[in-house]
Amino acid sequence: MRAAFRGLVGVAVLLLLWELLSNSDLVPPGYIPPPTVIGATLVRLLLDGVFVYDVIASVLAWAIALGVAIAVAVPLGLVLGSVPAVRRATRTVVELMRPIPSVAMIPLAILLFGGGPEAKIVLAVYASVWPILFNTIYALDELDEQLVDTARAFGTSKPRIMATVALPSAAPFVMTGIRTAAAIALIVVVSTELLAGATLGLGQFILTASSGGGRMDLVFAGTVVAGLIGYLVNAGLEWVQRRFFAWGARTGETV
Amino acid sequence: MRRLRSAASGWIVLLVLVVLWETATRIAGSLYFPPPSQIAETARQMWFSGPVSSLFLTDVVFEDLFASVARMLGGWAIAGVLGVALGVLLGRSATAMDYCGPIISFLRAIPPPTLVPVFLALFTLGTPMQLATIVFGTIWPILLNSVDGARSVDETKTETARAFRVSTVDWIFGVVLPAASPKIFAGLRISLSLSLVLMVISELVGSTEGIGYRLLYSQRQYDFPAMWASIVLLGVLGFLFNTGLSAIERRVLAWQPAHRQAALAAGTGA
Amino acid sequence: MSTMLEVTDLGHRYGDHTAIDRLSFTVAAGELVCIVGPSGCGKSTLLRTLSGLVASTTGHVALHGDEVRGVPDDLAVVFQDYSRSLFPWLTVQRNVEFPLKRKVSRAERRARAAEALEWVGLSGAGAKYPWQLSGGMQQRVAIARALAYRPALLLMDEPFASVDAQTRFELEDLLLRVRREHDTTILLVTHDIDESVYLGDRVLVLSKSPATIVANLKVDLPAERDQITTRESDTFVALRAETARLLHGGGTVRPRVQADPEGVAARFLAAERAEQAAQASKRHAAQN
Repeated sequence: MRAAFRGLVGVAVLLLLWELLSNSDLVPPGYIPPPTVIGATLVRLLLDGVFVYDVIASVLAWAIALGVAIAVAVPLGLVLGSVPAVRRATRTVVELMRPIPSVAMIPLAILLFGGGPEAKIVLAVYASVWPILFNTIYALDELDEQLVDTARAFGTSKPRIMATVALPSAAPFVMTGIRTAAAIALIVVVSTELLAGATLGLGQFILTASSGGGRMDLVFAGTVVAGLIGYLVNAGLEWVQRRFFAWGARTGETV
Repeated sequence: MRRLRSAASGWIVLLVLVVLWETATRIAGSLYFPPPSQIAETARQMWFSGPVSSLFLTDVVFEDLFASVARMLGGWAIAGVLGVALGVLLGRSATAMDYCGPIISFLRAIPPPTLVPVFLALFTLGTPMQLATIVFGTIWPILLNSVDGARSVDETKTETARAFRVSTVDWIFGVVLPAASPKIFAGLRISLSLSLVLMVISELVGSTEGIGYRLLYSQRQYDFPAMWASIVLLGVLGFLFNTGLSAIERRVLAWQPAHRQAALAAGTGA
Repeated sequence: MSTMLEVTDLGHRYGDHTAIDRLSFTVAAGELVCIVGPSGCGKSTLLRTLSGLVASTTGHVALHGDEVRGVPDDLAVVFQDYSRSLFPWLTVQRNVEFPLKRKVSRAERRARAAEALEWVGLSGAGAKYPWQLSGGMQQRVAIARALAYRPALLLMDEPFASVDAQTRFELEDLLLRVRREHDTTILLVTHDIDESVYLGDRVLVLSKSPATIVANLKVDLPAERDQITTRESDTFVALRAETARLLHGGGTVRPRVQADPEGVAARFLAAERAEQAAQASKRHAAQN
């Protein structure tokens, strides 16, 4: 309760300082609009339908990309994590592929897919597969031998062990991977929109606002919305992790 | 011996894949997907056909690669210093964290590329804007992991340090920082991959040099082998930085029991 | 003998809960005093107020005549949990040197640490990390660290409660040897009756929470003690029984067998433990 109050005080103080700063002579007028102006712009934008479409386009692309990445990476991670031979054989390829930043493929994706949603979805999938994949493999490495032996002692079959022992105990780690992936996917979606001159999306909105006469209030409003989406997504996933995977005390690093 | 064999099998699989890639691209004959042999040849001409005096490296290497790497590592280092300093401070003060927590959660959720236009307006095109983008984008994992790490100093260590009246400097550099170091390294590792991503983005948006600029330039010239060479180069860079940081990490965190070292293997990529 | 520690009317309260209530006692220079009390009676709080880690609510603590406010300069503490009190990122040698950084030069630190490690029989282990040592050895490092600090008073908070029985005996004897050789003043807090009698020149018996001092027993055993002969001597057995009675009988010297079934059980357990301890020490003796 006290923490929540202090948090509000912190935000209020920041907004106040920002308001004073942007009205002062320290920054050139118009570069950093005060929060009151940004707030007013934001309200106007949200009432205006077009901006909402942009937001929906970005969020939808992000959600599809994350869903596909989970569907690809979790089964793949389970296979790589539980069949050592396959993992050894693919290690070099994986190690060489994973550091390629997905944003490096933005120019290629623009040519291949144009400004439609396919480009950003494909790139976001590529980017978000890795954290989920690695966390799943890592989770299986951490699997408690005793749990498996217990299940084996009761005559449980291998696929059943996979479903009833390995998957649940891996779940907290996988969730951590998904949270990382969610953050990265959002970055990639917005970047692609920003760079590819997409037809719809938050990134495209910000690009237009900044290039067409430098409407910084619009840019900041878009940024605030992007931040809010990221914040809500992360808070939601954190809640899911706490609610359903609370037994996993060690779930890797903060993302 | 087993490790040798497993490494060998990995390289064999890689070789097979490259051969498959070569065959597939040759058969398909797509303009967008040149065969790897052509990419390699372009890379050689672009970067390794220079005079002996500069170790066969061409001017392009010095202009693009060094500029990019310097910006990336510079931004990452600034974020590292700021993030660790702020993180340790906030981690040792629950009150300060109460006040700043929500602001940090919000700021780190902002996809950094959306701020590129703001940084473009505030700073000029080029290095300052790019540094700002990289620092803003990479500071959060370092900051939050430092907070976590600084918090993790247990009661007994706190009391031991107080009972022996350890000086403030020794307390921070001798107790808090080492206790937080595994977490700090985790944050640094995430941020290093992010800094590569943001370096590329910032160069794609506004730059006249660098790997990202080269990438966009090749695309506009429809020079796809050159574009692919840049993509591969970025992958190699990412791999090298990751390996380098892991080596440093193993050395710095050598005091950790062996089983905890394994936990460091899991990483991220973007 | 001069007074090293003087405690007057010391009390500590957390909100409504009184942890310790008006304690007064003294520790003479060179003395080893054990404070024994039931679990949860506020022993740890007492130790923390004595060391200045926690400010007391009432009363005074004076170390060699100086009023204690905050942690005094020449006081060392050995905590129960060696796995936490040692710094895992420092080698054994550096762990011992660490608190000396404020006080003495680098060369002097090295020399003192090496010397203290020799006292506890860990000369060869200086370059190792704590996790590479057994629990007993880690606690010896913590003791060496405290000794190298050359404290006027060494406070020990259940120092041997986290090691196995045999190691405990070794460490007890090590502590007796070290304090004899180096004339250290020690105040040791424990819940173990046998240990308090075996180690102490005096035993202060605390009551249940809020802790008050029930008795101040002089331990009339020879300075040279031995895990087997001392523990089977009549004096030891009598002192142990008296301490146990005081501890569980709430102050009456005579046992209240009928009225206090909990005390009976506790005494039974204590007797059983003593038996196990005697057996363990025999094993230990047989091994050497």
